Amino acid sequence: MAERSFAKEVEKLRAGNGENFRGEGILAVTKALLQSGVSYVGGYQGAPISHLMDVLSDAQGILGELGVHFEASASEASAAAMLAASVNYPLRGAVTWKSTVGTNVASDALANVASSGVTGGALVIIGEDYGEGSSIMQERSHAFAMKSQIWLLDPRPNLQSIVDAVETGFELSEASNTPVMLELRIRACHVYGHFTAKDNKRPEFTVREAMENPVRDTERIVLPPANFAHEQEKIASRWPKAVDFILKHKLNEFLGGAMGDVGIIVQGGLYNTLIRALELLGLADSFGETDIPIYCLNVTYPLIPEEINGFCADKKAILLVEEGQPDYIEQAVNTYLRKADLQTKVIGKDVLPMAGEYTGQVMKEGLRAFIEQQAPELLDKFPTVNISAPPAELNDTVLPRPAGFCIGCPERPIFTAMKLVERELGNFHVSCDIGCHLFSILPPFNIGNTTMGYGLGAAGASAFASDASKRAVAVMGDGGFWHNGLTSGVGNAVFNNSDNVLLLVDNNYSAATGGQDILSSRADNPTKSTRHPIQKALRGLGVNWLKTVRTYDVTTVRDILREAIASKEKGPKVIVAEGECMLNRQRREKPIVRKMMKNGERVVRTRFGVDPDTCTGDHACIRLSGCPSLTIKPNPDPLKTDPIAHVNNDCVGCGHCGEVSHAAVLCPSFYEAEIIYNPGVWDQFKAGIRRSVIGFFQSLADRRRVARAL
Amino acid sequence: MTSVRPITISINALGGQGGGVLAEWIVEMAEAEGYIAQSTSIPGVAQRTGATVYCVELFPKAMAEEAGKEPVLALMPVPGDVDIVIASEWMEAGRAIQRGFVTPNETTLIASTHRDYTISEKSAMGDGIADADIIAENAKKYARRLIAFDMDSAARSAGSVISSVLFGGLAGAGALPFPREAYEDVIRHGGRMVEENLKGFARGYAAASGAEIEMYGDEPEAQRAGARGGENLVRTLRRDFPHQVQDMLLEGARRLADYQDRKYVVEYADRLKPILSADHKDLQYRLTREVARHLALWMSYEDTVRVADLKTRASRTERVRDEVRAAPGQIIYTREFMHPRLEEIRDMLPRPIGALVGRMTFLNGLFRRGRKISTMKLSGFLMLRMVAAFRPTRRWSYRHRHEMLAIDTWLNRIATLAEVNYDLAMEITKCQGLIKGYGDTHERGMRSFNAIMETVDKLGDGNNVADQVRALRKAALADESGKVLAMELEKINSHSAAA
Repeated sequence: MAERSFAKEVEKLRAGNGENFRGEGILAVTKALLQSGVSYVGGYQGAPISHLMDVLSDAQGILGELGVHFEASASEASAAAMLAASVNYPLRGAVTWKSTVGTNVASDALANVASSGVTGGALVIIGEDYGEGSSIMQERSHAFAMKSQIWLLDPRPNLQSIVDAVETGFELSEASNTPVMLELRIRACHVYGHFTAKDNKRPEFTVREAMENPVRDTERIVLPPANFAHEQEKIASRWPKAVDFILKHKLNEFLGGAMGDVGIIVQGGLYNTLIRALELLGLADSFGETDIPIYCLNVTYPLIPEEINGFCADKKAILLVEEGQPDYIEQAVNTYLRKADLQTKVIGKDVLPMAGEYTGQVMKEGLRAFIEQQAPELLDKFPTVNISAPPAELNDTVLPRPAGFCIGCPERPIFTAMKLVERELGNFHVSCDIGCHLFSILPPFNIGNTTMGYGLGAAGASAFASDASKRAVAVMGDGGFWHNGLTSGVGNAVFNNSDNVLLLVDNNYSAATGGQDILSSRADNPTKSTRHPIQKALRGLGVNWLKTVRTYDVTTVRDILREAIASKEKGPKVIVAEGECMLNRQRREKPIVRKMMKNGERVVRTRFGVDPDTCTGDHACIRLSGCPSLTIKPNPDPLKTDPIAHVNNDCVGCGHCGEVSHAAVLCPSFYEAEIIYNPGVWDQFKAGIRRSVIGFFQSLADRRRVARAL
Repeated sequence: MTSVRPITISINALGGQGGGVLAEWIVEMAEAEGYIAQSTSIPGVAQRTGATVYCVELFPKAMAEEAGKEPVLALMPVPGDVDIVIASEWMEAGRAIQRGFVTPNETTLIASTHRDYTISEKSAMGDGIADADIIAENAKKYARRLIAFDMDSAARSAGSVISSVLFGGLAGAGALPFPREAYEDVIRHGGRMVEENLKGFARGYAAASGAEIEMYGDEPEAQRAGARGGENLVRTLRRDFPHQVQDMLLEGARRLADYQDRKYVVEYADRLKPILSADHKDLQYRLTREVARHLALWMSYEDTVRVADLKTRASRTERVRDEVRAAPGQIIYTREFMHPRLEEIRDMLPRPIGALVGRMTFLNGLFRRGRKISTMKLSGFLMLRMVAAFRPTRRWSYRHRHEMLAIDTWLNRIATLAEVNYDLAMEITKCQGLIKGYGDTHERGMRSFNAIMETVDKLGDGNNVADQVRALRKAALADESGKVLAMELEKINSHSAAA
């Protein structure tokens, strides 16, 4: 079960014709899919579309009622391959993932489905993880659209436009026999807004009907000679059909004024930021009314030369607002104008940065530079206010706040152990993977050399096969393992007789993406098959050196890691470190404990603490932990100035602090407190005796102390 | 063209602080009050303990209906165009200012002054806490209106969460065109923790309507129990030392009486006197004061006896109960994580026996694993009490003599230097701060201290040596492995060799 439940919100998906639907972007996308009569949906989670997968998962009841098949795909490649169902049958299908990483993984299947062409509408909803908050390499999905000839929609970031894009996306796909990608940026995925709903539609053709009436058409299979025909077909038939459809249905919008010799071409997704920038320069109002003509590309691929040339023909210069690089659109627009022999200046990456997110500030500055160059008379009416730059002294004071392991995270102890091994054996090469465990590269652990992609931790270490005095260590999560690490990492290592060490982090979920279930999850999932142990898979692959350890047991993790590094045995050394994701565990256990307390049942809560008078303010404990609840506070001792360690009340009592202070021989300041709720008679009896004996000795000691005190 | 602008709100919060809940409250309230509301955020990895920004925009629905058009709302705040910044923590307020979201003509800044320390502040080997005053100065300078107080304590005292106090702060600031009831209705409508949230809201509202900046610190520690019978000793100390050093001296004296006994305090004063006579009145006896502090710390070196004593006190039981928020009468137990090594046992024993035990390395096996000791159960408590009972014999212990010898060498060095290079004497004094902790930490500190002292011997007492020692002290605190210090020492050594 995922970290966030949409059980309540999915009820909104039942909204009917004319109702005002209010909610988050991803919820609106789901509603749009249902309104479009989709037959099957799949995908792989990852910000910013994790919630889309969670919504779909929580909406399985409604999907079932409508006869829609939903699948939580094993990877983006599985999801993309699902679209094969739309090749032969008039089935509308949608898949979703995080891009560009997910598109990379999916690209084999995507290229195949794009070559085959589709009969039913095939929609790929990609969460473009670009700019602030992103955790991946900064690239554009645009390139995938171009190379495989998949159409790319980039609607304006308001719910009505997004919902319309889903619906027209299916139509465009069917009209041109081509899969369509719908690009949603991070903020658009999470934007809360409203749109006017329509009734949900049952699919006109169902998966069941397709299965019972199979269609085989060798011309749709990527195999010679059809593959050569596909390429010709893309150019001769599918592309022109798409252009016609886009023109006819006016998918791109001509907004703003109709007059003037300057204009702006903008990607739909950036429209709101553009309008805000125009507003701040006094050139637009809050409704987006402006005298400057705007050509808004809700479809960024293919481009429509007729529209572009028509827009530019009467203009001396246009500003092209295209985020990211390479500047594909700018290059294309220049080519079209050149071929039409139009002399309109195309100004884009000259005034706007070639690389990086187009934030409001960046947009405003670029726009101002364009207007100053091309239409200075427009700015004269509105004196712009210069804002004094924020003070530089703040740059030294405001410290970065990198993401890190959560309170009580079971992955933290693994890296504490690794740090302890490093202290003994020196540093070794660590190949990281994608997942929460990647936070090891950040302070305080500073462990890890590279990360090559989801599930590729082990493969990333495969070159290190020399008989060196040190061994490379790879890290992989259970999510990455099932995604592809099983074959690309472990299978590869077994087959190639790799001697490397692989640390497999088993936290019961695909945790970093929001706690979705995977094959090895321990939970019962009504719609999925879980409880398939990783160890069984490893044995099956031929892993002989295999140890399982509880992550919180720092000493044992350290010893096993040391043993794996020293082992003379051939083949990969795999350590499965088990510990349930604390976020999910708390979510599962908290209500149970609360109920037990309420019912008068005996409950023992544990948490940790630090004695301020024995803490020395060295913070070695923090450097080996980084737990958010292990923090510092000013030293209460007037003789000392260094802040002391302090455990705040968010502590969940995972036990790591105690393990560390033992394993690393830290100071004796840590204590573990057990707080007993609803004690029994025996509890109270024992406590009474203890209290009186201890109290006696304590008062004795106190009297002595007072006697010598000043 | 309309001149009506949307209201832009930026919520700058830490993952898990309820920034999302706050954004939802604002949206729900605005919609109920006839506004079109849009909000967005970037959860992603930022949700895992990082900083997160929520952007909310509000536009009057009536205006949109009149115009027959939908407003185009932004998905991210633009510097110079943010009406309200809500920061749930003081450094996040600083970050909002740094990013330009807080501007003098537009922005009402509602921020909690409490600190949630960043990892670099937390993991520093000494004091790495950033200067909160710089943020305060800039907050006053950049905000059109500033509402700042410790909302974390306000929330805790209300049994609520910080988002409710921030919501109250927003209401009290009057920066949105909604009445107090509209806010409270949203909280009630939420249906969860309504009473607590309303209480937190009320605190925030009251503080914000006061509109005064109020910086809370941590509450001062309660005064210790009054002394009895020590008046004569205190009088002597006051007589023998100038007033400029007395507060520090008495603090040290109290510590040592508690640590050992009154005779130990007399030893302390005797050790300090040569420093005093080498010190200067016109320098406010700064050196003596500093030595008084560091000498007290060194003389109360942390040993097993001290730890056992501190862990078994009645006051400690009370402090723990308070810290874990145990209800009156609720049963709690604590377990201590101890790992005495053979060295620690040797250290506490009388010198000849300690030396003998120290040589019995075959005993090491007994001490390899750490021990968990239950201090609030009989066996654990009595064991620690027994160890604490070694206090009177500490003077004859194995460790004591070593410590006293090292202290005297250090003091002699300071006294000698005080006459020729006062700044250097001061720096040498402060080097004691490197020696702290137990086990490895203590050994590492001692190594750094000794390495610096050796270098001082080589460098002599020239003008710039004080600066060099200061740099070395910083270097010793730069990393755990001692690499930075080794590099600095190398630099100095090669330099002096060349000269």
